[in-house]
Amino acid sequence: MTLQRCLFQASKQYSSRHILKANIRQSFCELRYKYSSNPDKKFSDRHEWVLVEKDIGTVGISKYAQESLGDVVFAQLPDPGMTLKAGDECGALESVKAASEIYSPVSGTVTEKNKEVEKKPGLINSSCYDKGWLFKLKLSKPEQLHDLMNEEQYETFLKTDVEKDHT
Amino acid sequence: MGVINIPRRVLISKKVLLAAIQARKFSDAGSAKKTALYGLHEKHGGKLVDFAGFLLPVQYSDMSVSSSHLFTRNSASIFDVSHMLQTNVHGKDCISWFESICPVDLRGMPDGSSSLTVFLNDKGGIIDDLIVTRVKENQLYIVSNAGRLEVDRQHMLETSELYRKNNKDVTVDFWDVTQRGLIAVQGPKAVRNLQNLTDVPLEDLVFMTSRVGSVAGVECRITRCGYTGEDGVEISIPADKTTAVTEALLQSGEVKLAGLGARDSLRLEAGLCLYGNDIDERVTPVEANLTWLIAKRRRGEANFPGADIILRQIKEGVSKRRVGIRMESGAPARKGAILKNKDGEIIGNVTSGCPSPSLGGNVAMGYVREQYKKAATELIVNIRNKDAFCTVAKMPFVPSKYYIKK
Repeated sequence: MTLQRCLFQASKQYSSRHILKANIRQSFCELRYKYSSNPDKKFSDRHEWVLVEKDIGTVGISKYAQESLGDVVFAQLPDPGMTLKAGDECGALESVKAASEIYSPVSGTVTEKNKEVEKKPGLINSSCYDKGWLFKLKLSKPEQLHDLMNEEQYETFLKTDVEKDHT
Repeated sequence: MGVINIPRRVLISKKVLLAAIQARKFSDAGSAKKTALYGLHEKHGGKLVDFAGFLLPVQYSDMSVSSSHLFTRNSASIFDVSHMLQTNVHGKDCISWFESICPVDLRGMPDGSSSLTVFLNDKGGIIDDLIVTRVKENQLYIVSNAGRLEVDRQHMLETSELYRKNNKDVTVDFWDVTQRGLIAVQGPKAVRNLQNLTDVPLEDLVFMTSRVGSVAGVECRITRCGYTGEDGVEISIPADKTTAVTEALLQSGEVKLAGLGARDSLRLEAGLCLYGNDIDERVTPVEANLTWLIAKRRRGEANFPGADIILRQIKEGVSKRRVGIRMESGAPARKGAILKNKDGEIIGNVTSGCPSPSLGGNVAMGYVREQYKKAATELIVNIRNKDAFCTVAKMPFVPSKYYIKK
């Protein structure tokens, strides 16, 4: 649903005038720089990212999510061996002001959790795309990756759907 | 990633927020109001949320909630509390009227002194908690919660109306957010920064006293009180001058703006109740561990609402009690978490909680069965289906620094 909506919006934008296109492209570039991450990462509409190498996916939260949450002081992560379906609640991050559940963006079996993050949850704020990863899982349905957003789509989603959803 | 505790508006962008506000200008009911400091919040990058119908900052762009919390404990912060209901009462019978709805001993208080008290219903349940100042024998100034604004207004209007019908002299006037601002200046460096801007000798203004004086050239009411456990004041200011007075206080780098996020964690560490979470109409002051609010003289007179129930509870005890809960580590227990004894039997629940920036670990408060209320009692708290150990702890968790004359 979400993806379709944002593709529709993207296509609308591309059919607009050149000058608008240029502006959008420029802002995408700025955003990509600002939220700098690997273009191969896939994002969920709940602000998790997953980066897949072979059949192992590494999961974390986006810069936007990290900023909304504030200083993370406690991370509850899924234990290795846990079997997860895409969308399953599998942990939580706590800041002074709020608790946020972690949802797995894809189905699979947890192979590892980031013990450094359990010890130093602040890594999620200082390095959400690198040292602040949360857990790894062996994907059972790799085709689910197609349901997720690439970075450009996610940035569009942030600029449109998130704003609308929270109005 | 689902943000569950946080008001959804936190995630809103400024652009949409502005559009929403534009739209709201033309609708009346249910629209969030701006306080006199709205422009200042925007200027300082406040993340604005609709809090009890007012647009207020959770935090500002320069600091995280925990940094702002610690800055308040080490230096000083200004909180916009203009959303709170400020009420002025006049008339020679104002004290007897007020004592007919609260268990406070206003008659025994000197002019210019303030007290925490509660509006009570007929069952002794807490309608709201508030600070009342006896300005003079025939004048009161009241500050109560924004979340209870309409309830409080109705309660004061109806009870005073009944009083007037008996030929008593009492009139109740409310300050609207467009008329009056209210800021809390809190922290160890709050008073010395305020002293630079006021002719009021603040060494004489002890905790829970109040007086009118000039601040940065503006006539304000200064009350030595707050909601952080720190020394500090609340300053009531004409709305059109609130920004100027606040900016004057911000001139010194020792004072910064702080939002609702830090306000909540500070009050929790100070063991202070949040209405709607820790107290409401279903609990009495005795159950809420606020028995000290029932003044000695009033216990003898037994003429406040719910006196029969409350006095019986004081004498015979209650089945549940509000306590502090401390966890040295792990996930914080938040509102709604179930408390169990060591046998796994449910004995209470958490009413508010958060990580403690000052102490590390977590602090919370909640209600437990009477036999578990003693400090150091070990309990189990269930957080997201996982059991964790916690301990009943004395409050305040962080020692209060109120300016009390020795």
